[in-house]
Amino acid sequence: MSGYSSYEPKSGFEKWLDSRLPIVRLGYDTFIFPTPRNLNYWWTFGGILAVMLMSQIITGVILAMHYVPHVDMAYDSIQHINRDVNFGWLLQPMHAVGASMMFLAVYIHMFRGIYYGSYKAPREVLWIVGMAIYLLMMATGFMGYVLPWGQMSFWGATVITNLFSAIPFVGDAITSWLWGGFAVGDPTLNRFFSLHFLLPFLILGLVILHVWALHVPGNNNPTGISVKDVEKDTLSFHPYYTVKDAFAIVVFLMVFAAFVFFMPDALGHPDNFIRANPLVTPAEIVPEWYYLPFYAMLRAIPDKLGGVITMFGAIALLFVLPWLDTSKVRSMRYRPLAKLFFLIFVLACIGLGWCGANSPMAMVFVTGTDAATGEPTGFSFLWLARILTLYYYAFFLLILPILGLVEKPKPRPQSIEQSVLGKGEA
Amino acid sequence: MSSSASTSAQEPTRRDFIYIMTGAVGAVGAGLYAWPLIDQMNPAADTKALSTIEVDMAGVEEGQQIIVKWQGKPVFIRHRTKKEIDEARAVDAASLRDPQTDDQRLVPDMNGNLQPQYLVMIGICTHLGCVPIGDGAGDYDGWFCPCHGSQYDSSGRIRKGPAPKNLPLPPYKYLSNTLIKIG
Amino acid sequence: MNIRKTTLRAIIGAGLMALSVNAFASEGAELKHKHFSFEGLFGTYDKAAGQRGFQVFKEVCSGCHSMTLVPIRALGEEGGPFYDEKHPNPIDNPVIKAIAKDFTITDGPNSDGDMFERPGKPSDYFPAPFANEQAARASNGGALPPDFSLLVRAREHGPQYIYSLLTSFEDEAPEGVELRDGMNYNPVFAGGQIGMPPPLFEGSVEYSDGTPATVEQMASDVVTFMAWAADPKMEVRKRTGWMVMIYLFIFALLMYGSYKAVWRDVEH
Repeated sequence: MSGYSSYEPKSGFEKWLDSRLPIVRLGYDTFIFPTPRNLNYWWTFGGILAVMLMSQIITGVILAMHYVPHVDMAYDSIQHINRDVNFGWLLQPMHAVGASMMFLAVYIHMFRGIYYGSYKAPREVLWIVGMAIYLLMMATGFMGYVLPWGQMSFWGATVITNLFSAIPFVGDAITSWLWGGFAVGDPTLNRFFSLHFLLPFLILGLVILHVWALHVPGNNNPTGISVKDVEKDTLSFHPYYTVKDAFAIVVFLMVFAAFVFFMPDALGHPDNFIRANPLVTPAEIVPEWYYLPFYAMLRAIPDKLGGVITMFGAIALLFVLPWLDTSKVRSMRYRPLAKLFFLIFVLACIGLGWCGANSPMAMVFVTGTDAATGEPTGFSFLWLARILTLYYYAFFLLILPILGLVEKPKPRPQSIEQSVLGKGEA
Repeated sequence: MSSSASTSAQEPTRRDFIYIMTGAVGAVGAGLYAWPLIDQMNPAADTKALSTIEVDMAGVEEGQQIIVKWQGKPVFIRHRTKKEIDEARAVDAASLRDPQTDDQRLVPDMNGNLQPQYLVMIGICTHLGCVPIGDGAGDYDGWFCPCHGSQYDSSGRIRKGPAPKNLPLPPYKYLSNTLIKIG
Repeated sequence: MNIRKTTLRAIIGAGLMALSVNAFASEGAELKHKHFSFEGLFGTYDKAAGQRGFQVFKEVCSGCHSMTLVPIRALGEEGGPFYDEKHPNPIDNPVIKAIAKDFTITDGPNSDGDMFERPGKPSDYFPAPFANEQAARASNGGALPPDFSLLVRAREHGPQYIYSLLTSFEDEAPEGVELRDGMNYNPVFAGGQIGMPPPLFEGSVEYSDGTPATVEQMASDVVTFMAWAADPKMEVRKRTGWMVMIYLFIFALLMYGSYKAVWRDVEH
C-alpha cells in the first residue's frame, strides 16, 4: 500500500497478474508488513473493530431485507424479525448489541491512541481519518437507533435534530430540512434508513484510508520510539500479529456473545419497547450509553446554543489534538505527570457518562434538606457535569500544551529492541 | 515442554497440530455462523403458518368456479356439471400431450371414493405462468389462457396451444364430504 | 435508599464503564423480590404456569388489554406454553386449533364488500378488545390499557414490577392522599394512583389443574405468560448461547495455543 513492498511474484501467472492488477501484492503488503515487536493487547482493538464493522454490515444488510421504514410498520417489522424470521431473534440483537460493542472497542482504541501518543507526527492524518470514522459512527449509530421507532427512538431523534435549531438565523430551516416536515415523521424515518444504510460503507472506505495511512509510517508502539532497525525492532504482521489479534478477537466475541444471548436488553432502554407516540414524552430521555458523555456536556451549559457548541466542540478538539500536544515524547509511559492527568481524563469521561445517565437536578450526594421546600440539597449532577466538562476542555487546551513544555520526561530506552530485552532481563 | 535438543525435530509437528486444530475449529465456526445468514431468507414463521388453508366447497353451486389464494397462487375449485364430467371421461387419455385420465386428476375423499364434481387445480398456465380464463372457455369447455392461446379441457388437461403440461394439482385432502385442506 | 432506587444498568467490558440510571418509577414503592422460572442464565418458562397465565389473560386481562403482536399459533411454537413435540407445526396442533376457534375474528371484505366475523385460526393474531386507542380510552375513564406484547420488557425490572403492581392494590388510600375520580390506590405505580381497578380477586379464574387461584398465584402465572409473550425466543436464545460460549472458549484456548506457538522463539 505504501512504497515499501516485499512481495515477489513467483509463478508465471502471479507475474502476469502483478503487472496488470497488483491485487495480490496489495494483500501481501497489507499483512507481510514490519510491525514493532512490543505491541501489547491494547493494540488488538483495531483488528477487533474491523471484525465488528464487518459483522454490523452483514447483519445490517440482512435486517434491511425484513425491516419496513414506515412509521406505521417499522415497530411491528422489528418484532416480526424477532418473532418470525428464521434466526431473527439472533440477528437483530447481534446488530443492536454490536453497535454498543463497536463503540466500546473504538473508545478503548482512542484512549490507547491518546495514551501512547499515536496521533503525533508522522501519524496526524492517520488520527484525523480515525476521528472522521468516529464521527460517522456516531451519526450512523444515532440514525440506527431511530429505526425501531420506539419511544426513545422518536424522542431521541426529536431532541438531537432540535440541536440544530440552536444555530442562529438558519436553525429552523435546517431542522425542518432534516425532518422533511414540521416534526420527526415518516420522511425523517425514510431518510434515516437510507443514510443508515449508506454511512457504514463510507466508514468502510475511510477504514481503508486509515489502514493505508497506517502503512506509510507504520505502527506506533508502547515506547513511542520510532523503529530504527527493521531487523531487530520489528516482526512481520503476519503471522505474529494476525494470531495475536485473532486471539483477542475471539475473547472479545465472548463478551459480545454474553450480551447477545444472555442480556440483549441490558444496553438498551425499556421505553424503546413502547411504540413511538408523538404526543407523549417519556419521563426521561436518555440516549444510548456511548453518547452519554456528550449529552452531559450539552445539558451542563444553561444556554441552548452554548450547550450545542460545547458538545460539538468536544469532538472538534479531538481533530486538532496532534497540534495541541506540545510534548516531544510520544508515550505517556515516560511522562509521569501526563500519565496522571490522562488517568483523570479517562475518569472524567466516565463521570460525564454517569452525569448523562442521570437527571441534572438529581443529587450525587445529599447534604441536607431545604427547610422551605423539603427538597434534598447537596451536590447535583449538573455541577458535577460542569466540573468534568471544564476538565475535559482543560485537558486538551491547557494541560497538554503546557505540560509538553514544562514536564521532565523519564529516561527512555535507546530502541524498541532494547526495551524488549530490558524487560526480559528484569 | 522439554527443551532437549532432540525434541526440536518433533516440535514442528506438534506446532502444526495446534495450527491445524485452530484452523479446523475456526472453519467449523464460520460454517455454523453462515447458516443463520442463509436461513433467514427462507419463509418466516408467519408465512409458513399460511402454507395450508381449509376450504368448504359446499357453497360452490354446480357449474360455478371459485378462486382461492393458496401460498400466493390462485387455486381453481370448480363444481363441474354432468356434461363436463362425461366429456372429460370420454377422452382417450393416451392421445393427449400430457396423458392423464380424469380420475387421475382427482383425489379420493375420506371413504376412498372420488367426487368427480369437484375439480381442484392450481390456476397457472404451464406455458409462461398466466392465469387462464374459466367457466367453460375455449374449444373444450374448460379453460383458455389469454396470453398465448393455450386451451385446457373440462379436466384441466392441455389440448391445444403452446403449454406443455396439464394444469397442476395442489396437494390437498378431504376432511369431510365438502371440506378440503390444501397444502 | 427508600425513595431513590438506582439501578446499575450496564457494566461495560472489563469494568471500564459503570453507568447508573434512575429507575423512572422512582416514586414507586420497593418492588417485591419474586423469583421467576425464566430468570437467570439457565431459566426457562414454566409451561404449566404459562398455561395458567394464558387462562388468566384470556378470562381477565384480555377484556381491556390487547396483545396485537402475538399470533395465536405462537402458543404452540417451540418455547410456547402449549408446545407439543408431536405437532412441531402449531397450526396442526389440536389444542391450538381449539384455542383459536374460541376467538372471534373480523375478516373481510367478502364478495358483497362487507366485513364479517368468523372463528379464529391459529395464524390469526390475538384480537384487540377495542377498535382503536380512542375507543380504549373512552371505555376506561381516559386511561389506555397498555398492549401486552412487550410490556414486560417495556418496564424496568418488568416481571417484578408487574407482579408487585398486581398484588399491591389497597382498598383505601393512606391519609393525606386524595384519590382522583375513578382512580385506585397502588403504591407500586408511579404517583400511587392508577386507572386500572384491582383486576385479580381470590378465585377470579378456576384452574383446571387444581392450583388454588390466589391473587399471588394468578399474578405470578400471568407474569410468566406475559414474559413469554414479550420474549418468545428466550429459551432457544439461551440454549444457543451456551453452545456458542463453549465453542468460543475452546476456540480461544486453541487460538492462545497458536499464539504461544507462533511467538515461541521471539523475545517480546
